[in-house]
Amino acid sequence: MTPTYYLLLSALLFSLGAVGVLVRRNAIVVFMCVELMLNAVNLTLVTFSRMHGELDGQVMGFFVMVVAAAEVVVGLTIIMSIFRTRRSASVDDSNLLKY
Amino acid sequence: MSLLNLAQDFVVAAQPAAPVADTIGTGETIAFWILGPLSLAGALGMLFARNAVHSALWLVLTMLSLGVIYMVQQAPFLGFVQIIVYTGAIMMLFLFVLMLVGRDSSDSIVEVLRGQRLAAAVLGVGFAGLVVGSLAQAFTRVRSVGLASVNNSGGGNVANIGSELFTKYLFVFELTSALLITAAVGAMVLAYSDRHGKGEKKTQRELVEERFKGDRPGSLPGPGVFATANSVATPALLPDGSVAEESLSALIETTTKERLADDVAGVSGTGHQADAHALTGSASAKEGE
Repeated sequence: MTPTYYLLLSALLFSLGAVGVLVRRNAIVVFMCVELMLNAVNLTLVTFSRMHGELDGQVMGFFVMVVAAAEVVVGLTIIMSIFRTRRSASVDDSNLLKY
Repeated sequence: MSLLNLAQDFVVAAQPAAPVADTIGTGETIAFWILGPLSLAGALGMLFARNAVHSALWLVLTMLSLGVIYMVQQAPFLGFVQIIVYTGAIMMLFLFVLMLVGRDSSDSIVEVLRGQRLAAAVLGVGFAGLVVGSLAQAFTRVRSVGLASVNNSGGGNVANIGSELFTKYLFVFELTSALLITAAVGAMVLAYSDRHGKGEKKTQRELVEERFKGDRPGSLPGPGVFATANSVATPALLPDGSVAEESLSALIETTTKERLADDVAGVSGTGHQADAHALTGSASAKEGE
């Protein structure tokens, strides 16, 4: 076994997340799929850091986590405000992006 | 801190001494073959769960196993941050919002675009095949260096990450603080609901003030209970015997006599009497036509 296996695992997780973004309709579940893709990229960063023998990859993973946290806060608030006006969390219903 | 040291000890123990090349011990292999399928199962469960809350819980499973994978991969700090920040904070935020939006808001089965799911599945399988194939091809001869020497020098993994963060990546670190503040302010602006906007409910205080500024702070007089009938349609009489105009119901006064003929007949007993059919509603519905 080599560290490449971790990269393959993260590729699989990333494509599962991508399929989820394309298939699911609930905006919150779509958002969770985006989180899964971010996590898969973090796994590659950690693995690359290990293969290179330097810590820069882990620092980048840390920054990805910070950005993900900020993104989740803003994104969930947008979903909440759309839900408040349109009474629906489905991405099919929010076709106006207005009011 | 002691937990982190424990994790580091575990990592070092799982990686027997190999200063130059990175060898993967049996412990790490076993951990990978347990945690990898677990995280894949979590991702698949999130994809296929109908209920959004179940999706969130499956994603928690994936994130937990990814956190442990980080620890096994000589990144104990990121592993703990993953568990604390992702599964502890972000996923709980997701669950909060799911509960606010309503647990019943499951996915619609209706396919808006014809064949979209099939196309997405084909795309996903193709993408996975391409990336997995190219990665496996590209990394067969790459030798992993391993982090054992880095993690064992200086103050260990956490201290080394800290020194990188505050020297080499200091400016980026400062930028993340600006990002976090922007996110917090943005969330407050977006989540603030303006009560005085159009279509919003008035507060109790506003209602009372509006009423006292109008021409009648009190309530309207009721119908005439001293008259011969106690019907709502009976007007109240003022002390001088005249009809109090304000006691007349606007709804009843504007209704024509013909529309009330059936009701009058029902009350006075001249129309159809209620029988067993009245309970089913079919007979009275036909009469009402």
